[in-house]
Amino acid sequence: MLRPGFRDPVHDAQGVFRAVLDALARPGTVQPLATRLDPPAPLTPELAAIALALTDRDTPVWLDSALAARAEVAAYLRFHTGAPLTGDPARAAFALVREAGRCPPLSAFAPGTPAYPDTATTLVLALDTLEAGGGLRLTGPGIRGAADLALAPMPPGWPGALGDNRAGFPLGVDSLLTAPGRVAGLPRSTAVEG
Amino acid sequence: MSEMRGPESPYNFAYLDEGTKRMIRRALLKAVAVPGYQVPFASREMPMPYGWGTGGVQVTAAILGRSDVLKVIDQGADDTTNAVSIRRFFAKTAGVATTTRTADATVIQTRHRIPETALTEAQTLVYQVPIPEPLRFLEPRETETRQLHALGEYGLMHVKLYEDISRHGHIATTYAYPVEVAGRYVMDPSPTPKFDNPKMDDCPALQLFGAGRERRIYAVPPYTRVRSLDFEDHPFRVQRFDCPCGLCGAEGVYLDEMLLDDTGRRMFICSDTDHCEERRAAGHVGTEGA
Repeated sequence: MLRPGFRDPVHDAQGVFRAVLDALARPGTVQPLATRLDPPAPLTPELAAIALALTDRDTPVWLDSALAARAEVAAYLRFHTGAPLTGDPARAAFALVREAGRCPPLSAFAPGTPAYPDTATTLVLALDTLEAGGGLRLTGPGIRGAADLALAPMPPGWPGALGDNRAGFPLGVDSLLTAPGRVAGLPRSTAVEG
Repeated sequence: MSEMRGPESPYNFAYLDEGTKRMIRRALLKAVAVPGYQVPFASREMPMPYGWGTGGVQVTAAILGRSDVLKVIDQGADDTTNAVSIRRFFAKTAGVATTTRTADATVIQTRHRIPETALTEAQTLVYQVPIPEPLRFLEPRETETRQLHALGEYGLMHVKLYEDISRHGHIATTYAYPVEVAGRYVMDPSPTPKFDNPKMDDCPALQLFGAGRERRIYAVPPYTRVRSLDFEDHPFRVQRFDCPCGLCGAEGVYLDEMLLDDTGRRMFICSDTDHCEERRAAGHVGTEGA
């Protein structure tokens, strides 16, 4: 039986988008993310909410192996978004990662092109812990001075890989970090120190 | 189902269909991630002509939620045709609260001024942009300007400013004065008077730019360096006004010239009508104030 999507498609999608917009515009802040979703496991409500709010037939979506292993997840996303699923992370507009500890390297995703850096992948990670303060030190656009962000589990190669990603600006992958009820953004413009 | 605004509202919330909003929202997220870079988007026909703020309207429609409070200004004024029309458009199609008070607004759509009242982290400023490409009048081909942005090659813009100096003795560009965002992209701040350029720098509010006819969206995140281009020996300067506002006596604000009669009598008053009204309500009176 297919699980339902947003109860109120217009306003739920708007709420999720504004949380994501605030998160990306203010790296280091953790935004509340109300979802009211109960997607098939192991898809988390936060990953599902971002997918339902932002993806459609124009956006190829890549699923990590934990999500791709469950047919219910693909069926749920296909039905509610119409987005084509792709097996190639370098072609993905959005990449959903359930197991952040086994996330592929950032270089596996699309960095955009010099003329069109907006064609880069948006990486959406499900984490266990996401807290303002401690952990990574962030500087860059959207941040007043510096901000600290703690996350776990840390994807392989991070935070060094984020430094390489920043070095390629204006190319690079933008990341959305989610944990139950919350979202934070790590756009490619953010400089990260461990 | 989303609830209707009134028993038989024929509009989706904020006019645009959900697919269009998603497309604009994705463009906005990439615009925020690459500050100052112009993201192409599939601009829609709106029930108003190009040149009347269709880009700003589409950005506002894509971000607006039920709890937002919208303010719309046209050259600083809340009460001119463009501002009144757009405010009524969203009151009708989204049912959101509207205001003329800068401090009460969560979303402010503007053509093209930045309010005198300092913006806060809780606010988003949406600019209506006619020509988003700062290099367009120097290089008409989009393929070439896109390449120049990709290479970060902005020498052409400095030549243009230098030609101002050689012709006029100073940089004569007074509006749409080019800025460099976060040390990378050169951006057209829309035809804001250059007086407002310093307010874009390190601003607590999120700044979003929509160009409907030209189909571009770009952004400046909060607390981002926005530097007006200049030369060491000709540093960037804003306009200065000789007299305070005739109505409220405000100094250090942007003033509009008003002709009073056919003998050439004139006065200068605040361009930001809300700022002027609040000052007068607080008891400030200018030389011509009643």
